Amino acid sequence: MDLSSINPILLIASLMVAATPILLAAIGEMVVEKAGVLNLGVEGMMITGAVVGFAIGVNTGSPALGFIAAALGGAAVSMLFGVLTQYLLSNQVATGLGLTLFGLGLSALIGKPYEGMKSPVLQKLDIPVLSDLPVVGPILFGHDPVVYLSLILVVLVWYGLKFSRAGLILRAVGENHEAAHALGYKVIRVRLMAIAFGGACAGLGGAYISLVRVPQWVEGLTAGAGWIALAIVVFASWRPWRVLLGAYLFGGVSVLQLNLQAAGLAIPVEYLSMSPYVITIVVLVFISARGQHGAPGSLGRSFHASG
Amino acid sequence: MKSLKPILAGAVLALGLTGPAMAADPVKVGFIYVGPVGDGGWTYEHNQGRLAVEEHFGDAVETVFQESVPEGADAERAITQMALSGADLIFTTSFGYMDATLAAAEKFPDVKFEHATGFKMGDNVSVYSARFYEGRAVQGTIAGHMTQSNIVGYIASFPIPEVIRGINSAYIHAKRVNPDVEFKIIWAYTWFDPAKEADAATALIDQGADVILQHTDSTAPQAAAQSAGNVITFGQASDMSDYGPMPRVSSIIDNWGPYYIARTQAVIDGTWASVNTWDGIGAGMVGIGDISDAVPADVRAEAEALRDALGSGEYHAFTGPINKQDGSVWLADGETADDGTLAGMGFYIEGITDDIPN
Repeated sequence: MDLSSINPILLIASLMVAATPILLAAIGEMVVEKAGVLNLGVEGMMITGAVVGFAIGVNTGSPALGFIAAALGGAAVSMLFGVLTQYLLSNQVATGLGLTLFGLGLSALIGKPYEGMKSPVLQKLDIPVLSDLPVVGPILFGHDPVVYLSLILVVLVWYGLKFSRAGLILRAVGENHEAAHALGYKVIRVRLMAIAFGGACAGLGGAYISLVRVPQWVEGLTAGAGWIALAIVVFASWRPWRVLLGAYLFGGVSVLQLNLQAAGLAIPVEYLSMSPYVITIVVLVFISARGQHGAPGSLGRSFHASG
Repeated sequence: MKSLKPILAGAVLALGLTGPAMAADPVKVGFIYVGPVGDGGWTYEHNQGRLAVEEHFGDAVETVFQESVPEGADAERAITQMALSGADLIFTTSFGYMDATLAAAEKFPDVKFEHATGFKMGDNVSVYSARFYEGRAVQGTIAGHMTQSNIVGYIASFPIPEVIRGINSAYIHAKRVNPDVEFKIIWAYTWFDPAKEADAATALIDQGADVILQHTDSTAPQAAAQSAGNVITFGQASDMSDYGPMPRVSSIIDNWGPYYIARTQAVIDGTWASVNTWDGIGAGMVGIGDISDAVPADVRAEAEALRDALGSGEYHAFTGPINKQDGSVWLADGETADDGTLAGMGFYIEGITDDIPN
């Protein structure tokens, strides 16, 4: 065993890349849940984004177009969920699970001709001078644009929810939809917009896997990343900065495990792959023992403007 | 009802014909794959073998396949299903199908089974594999010469004899040309998971490896090496020439077509018998892909000479003196390993610092 062969700077840089898909999906899901909607279909939306992004990326030769298409694709399938739960008042848990299964099947169907193909390369930002700085260079300035986009999204979501009027309305809808409705806010419309945003983020996250991290398409590519994103939202008690922390923590686990192995220390794979969920359960126990869980008041409840 | 009549008539006619037409019935050959046919590696090459059977026999043979069948309980269901659907010969193409194949073979004594890379046989179960370790010897030689950092990364799949044999063979030959070489090994516990393989390759590269050998089936490590730059890789199971001339500098190519054609012919002739086949470079079951220009000419010549010596049988990849990892003598000077020990190989040789996981 030789732990000194693990370079902490490169480790952090590669865990940022590994965590970006779940960070994107989790920050989107957090906004959805802040609006009072529980969408368990993150995995389905991610994998739809992964296959759509890959297909468009390969056909156009442009990863950027791939990402845009992935966001649109993710938002489009999320609207299935939106229409079913918001207008037809179907059960959100069941519909979300259905969306996951649907997304897995749909992506396998769309992706069949694309198996084994190479994706176009998304260039890393190579900022002169800055990228070559010791320590901070590889960590902060050596990534591709989507890593920065994910970080900017976290900042925007934090700022938007906390300081903007639109964020206030969204939180009001999520905390108490009847009160928000009584004040004249369009609960359904706000929630649909939030769901579409969550779908677009999940789609981007999926495309990051198929276009950058792997980069190729195979059936079942996301391999449970969507469920980890859902766990992160709870772990973070619905706060953007903690979502970032959780994503890097959970993303780091997989990278760390492989690095420990390469350094000669073998930890059974099973322990590390269950650790995100174990941590989430521990956090849940901790916050319920404290008595305040921070979940939006109307989370998971259907709204119908009656009487 | 009107339209039903001719169909019924046709069905009766067909039934009546089955007796005499029996001999002309196409032989049905089934394939169980562990990954998708588009994996670009292991399963892709098995599927090429299936296509070779179709091309060779034309209408005399019908082939079916099922891809991405998990190793484990579900495999038996998939194999049984294929036997029930009338397959006469079934190739199960991954190590983890071993027990499932035997269980299914017991239920269908009239169906012939062929299990790849396993060691359990039966009256109607043959085993076949290729001496991939001969290819690993060539890779090890190139890797030992090419590494600047003296660190070779190895993405291993499962701790089974075939994989351990490959690691040992590559290590012996890398060490022979470069005494300072060190192997870092990651067990991915999967044959095919591009995301995990990519992460494993990145972790190895981060720790200084500038040569990546893989015993997993996807091209993801090739892509990771390509984006890291200045890292070389080898195509696994398939040529993976999309990634040449850098990072992919050579490859091990599995060539199953001739074997599949021969075994199908045996079923047609009624001469099929349970056999244990283990062929290497000499028989053409293992091919060495073109060594690219990124490799200096003298290294290439040395690797090709080794390939030819292995092919002609004048050199064995496991030729003593070789000690086991604990320092005890395995092969004395000039002694070569017997197939029994190789088939069940569960130990590293001296110099590898890792432990084999349980």
